[in-house]
Amino acid sequence: MVRIDKTVGVLDVQGAVREHLLALKTLGIKAVSVKRPEDFDGLDGLIIPGGESTAIGRLIREQGLEDRLRAFHKAGKGIFGTCAGLILCSTDESHKTNDLRLGFIDMEVERNGFGRQVASFEMPLKFEGIDQEVEAVFIRAPYIQSVGPGVKVLAAVDDKIVAAEHENVLVTAHHPELTEDYAVLNYFLDKFVDGSEVAA
Amino acid sequence: MSNRKVGSDRVKRGMAEMQKGGVIMDVVNAEQAKIAEAAGAVAVMALERVPSDIRQAGGVARMANPKIIEEVMNAVSIPVMAKARIGHISEARILESMGVDYIDESEVLTPADEEFHILKSDYVVPFVCGCRDLGEALRRIGEGASMLRTKGEPGTGNIVEAVRHIRKVNGQIAVLSSMSNDELMTFARDLGAPYELVKEVKEKGKLPVVNFAAGGVATPADAALMMSLGADGVFVGSGIFKSDTPEKFARAIVRATTNYEDYELLAELSKDLGEPMKGIEISHIGEKERMQERGW
Repeated sequence: MVRIDKTVGVLDVQGAVREHLLALKTLGIKAVSVKRPEDFDGLDGLIIPGGESTAIGRLIREQGLEDRLRAFHKAGKGIFGTCAGLILCSTDESHKTNDLRLGFIDMEVERNGFGRQVASFEMPLKFEGIDQEVEAVFIRAPYIQSVGPGVKVLAAVDDKIVAAEHENVLVTAHHPELTEDYAVLNYFLDKFVDGSEVAA
Repeated sequence: MSNRKVGSDRVKRGMAEMQKGGVIMDVVNAEQAKIAEAAGAVAVMALERVPSDIRQAGGVARMANPKIIEEVMNAVSIPVMAKARIGHISEARILESMGVDYIDESEVLTPADEEFHILKSDYVVPFVCGCRDLGEALRRIGEGASMLRTKGEPGTGNIVEAVRHIRKVNGQIAVLSSMSNDELMTFARDLGAPYELVKEVKEKGKLPVVNFAAGGVATPADAALMMSLGADGVFVGSGIFKSDTPEKFARAIVRATTNYEDYELLAELSKDLGEPMKGIEISHIGEKERMQERGW
């Protein structure tokens, strides 16, 4: 484990930025907020946090971050999207929206797929690659309707896919950052930031 | 299915955490809601009238007509909030049954109960409440509020009261953080706040829920000011749709909230906006007419 040398950024335009920064610091990672294009310099990994995907998508464009984000992805650096971050990483083949979709993972997503806030929930979740169940908090969460070839499904609630990975990108519909259960974050750091899975 | 837990603190407070760094906009119809969503609002507050019109109209201000709320809910995919009168259990239950995402137990409406607030921990839907100081903040959390906002003075376009309230809350948290544990019970008594929550704030050095700015935000610079003073995000009531150019104002306030320390950008954003809403000097509002005095 060479983590101590790693720097992970948290996209900081709107949403649960503080929790992710705190979780990273708790695990001894150098964590930085990413608000401007130059903030991408020197990052080994990036977290796209939960928040409102429409607002975050808009601000990514207005802050001039889209090109750097795409280049970061292309360079094979680890990217972890939670909730709104998952939505932003998806493809939108049915063109249901004009909102930003980065297409980092070939998957179609149903926004607010579990319903409105009164249907938001928490539960213990089985997660492929992690031994114990993880504490999972779902807030007006999306789910993944379908995945393309090569995309590995990591978790599901009933028949709804809620976590997946492909090459250098990991996405979850739930919010590990709202809990003190660092298993999913550790999974991301081990597999996507420390270098074992880095693919161009 | 059976191991799903709804309405827990983590789920209710978490919803507010996701709104951080964002702008929540008052809207009175579906068309305004769409403008707000397109401008990058993180949520809309569905109302029958914005606060400045409530102030002008006088009379009793109540929960909005459910038809308006439903229209707004159908028009946008971002969360929809709605206001219930302070202490009006039935308005709150009606809003919950409609599936609104957050209820604001709000002093902008005429209180239904001058003594008791709603016991918000009984609900699956989360609540936001106004506060002017740490005692009021912790009383509302004690009742189950999952999010706080400054009361400010709604519908005035004057930021002075919101500034007073955020400074007061954060100043009291700073004082509390430096106290020794044997001082906490007396401090709790003086604040009129639950002891357990006073202890929790001292340990964490911050409130257990987010605290947004509200009540007087009229310009991008106002939003930036409140963020600089430690607000987690911003509610804009009359400020957007009472300005000359609502779409521009909405977009500018969203960007100002994200970039609150980028003063060159704030200067850019503040150009060509036209007139903001007309403001009211606070001393021209009699103490009894001040909405912030409602609730305790």
